[in-house]
Amino acid sequence: MTIKGKAYIAGIYEHPTRHAPDKSTAQLHAEVAKGAVEDAGLSKDDIDGYFCAGDAPGGLWPMVDYLGLNKVRHVDSTETGGCSYIIHLGHAAQAIAAGKCSVALITLAGKPRTGPMPPRAAGAEVDFEAAYGATTHNAYGMCAMRHMHDYGTTSEQLAWIKVAASHHAQYNPHALLRAVVTVEDVVNSPMISDPLHRMDCCVVTDGGGALIVTTPEIAKRLKKPLVRLIGHGEAMKGPRGGKDLDLTYSAGVWSGPRAFEEAGVTPKDIKYASIYDSFTITVLMQIEDLGFCKKGEGGKFVADGNLISGVGKLPFNTDGGGLCSNHPVNRGGMTKIIEAVRQLRGEAHPKVQVPNCDLAIAHGTGGLLGVRHAASTAILERV
Amino acid sequence: MAEAKKYPAPVTNPETMPFWEAAKAGKFMIKRCTACGEAHYFPRSICPFCFSDKTVWEEASGEGTIYTFSLMRKSPTGPYAIGYVTLKEGPSLQTNFVDCDLDKLKIGQKVKVVFKPTDGAPLPFFTPV
Repeated sequence: MTIKGKAYIAGIYEHPTRHAPDKSTAQLHAEVAKGAVEDAGLSKDDIDGYFCAGDAPGGLWPMVDYLGLNKVRHVDSTETGGCSYIIHLGHAAQAIAAGKCSVALITLAGKPRTGPMPPRAAGAEVDFEAAYGATTHNAYGMCAMRHMHDYGTTSEQLAWIKVAASHHAQYNPHALLRAVVTVEDVVNSPMISDPLHRMDCCVVTDGGGALIVTTPEIAKRLKKPLVRLIGHGEAMKGPRGGKDLDLTYSAGVWSGPRAFEEAGVTPKDIKYASIYDSFTITVLMQIEDLGFCKKGEGGKFVADGNLISGVGKLPFNTDGGGLCSNHPVNRGGMTKIIEAVRQLRGEAHPKVQVPNCDLAIAHGTGGLLGVRHAASTAILERV
Repeated sequence: MAEAKKYPAPVTNPETMPFWEAAKAGKFMIKRCTACGEAHYFPRSICPFCFSDKTVWEEASGEGTIYTFSLMRKSPTGPYAIGYVTLKEGPSLQTNFVDCDLDKLKIGQKVKVVFKPTDGAPLPFFTPV
């Protein structure tokens, strides 16, 4: 049993807003749902599967009712932070392959730029960790610090990741930060949590995105270029009782190979990569973990523009990514899939479109890389 | 300034209560599985390595080395250093480094446990030796 080729991404929509104080969170979900359904050329009542994560107000029952999804016969509220939507994509493919639904809607939306987000529910570790003040910045900072110690990775190498993202963002009219920056700009920006500077960090944006995932038969009746899922993986990693702690790799070391194996392709075959970029170190570690280079050689790999479309070997995050364009609800998995689909459809900005882009990866991390996190990998193919 | 920082009291629960009772007596406890022999942290009743329920409390030395850290400079309560310590007994754990010059922390540095008061049981932190 495989999901290879069993599900197609027929609709995508990224909300153009980056700041939405005048809208409700549920409204943003509805707007992205409408956008994705219209992009696919379907209608609301075609939707019979619905997927959402912790950002959806009230979860499944309130959302299904609010959106008016009266035909839904399959639901999934898997919550793994920012990579939830990449996991949803794989689960939607499973449900479609099993005949449990035929048109699945996945939505993400929220407003962290307008106001603070509700706290996450505590886990069993709460009394043993909550007082120490782990945040996204320092949890990723701890990974970067150890990666530098073990492999000699430098701040300048990390800075190249932001530089590449900024080169792409200049062509995205919706990007929050469109200015092209230099390595010097990044390493001279204020230190937030050692060794991560302000420009090593992603943007905080309101907004959202949505996907329509469907059967091969339905996708082929629609007008959009055909993009299908051919491999998928998911994995989780934490301190694991404190044994053999190693913060220099992510759960991508497991989700990546699972996805590549199912797809029957290798990292060398990938033409475009959407790589979760909550911080520069996130990108560097995931590129290593997915096998684009050896562990410890990510610093050299990302330097000198190797991630810039038209310049380097691995064009990444051609929308400007979370580092420059959009990181709606502090959850970047959705926009990773959307830009990969744009590339495969040939709908990316002409300045960043990868020629003949027929194979792409969308990979994400959720939670805190240096504490507990999930990872998910999707391999997408243009048919 | 760091000394004035107010830490939240552990909520505690039946599974972890012995840890906090020992902390009140200045003892730093870990759990060890008598089936597979592995020590772990934070303490669980079922071993996370072999799923045995034969786990026992053990007083740890409180000594270890810094595995990694990050100095958080943007904080309303002032800068703080979060990190992981690898204990002499094996397990690594998350903590803050206190009572020291935060700018001089180094990976591999030797540290020892210190308890800081809360409104409930005291919390374990680490400081350079």
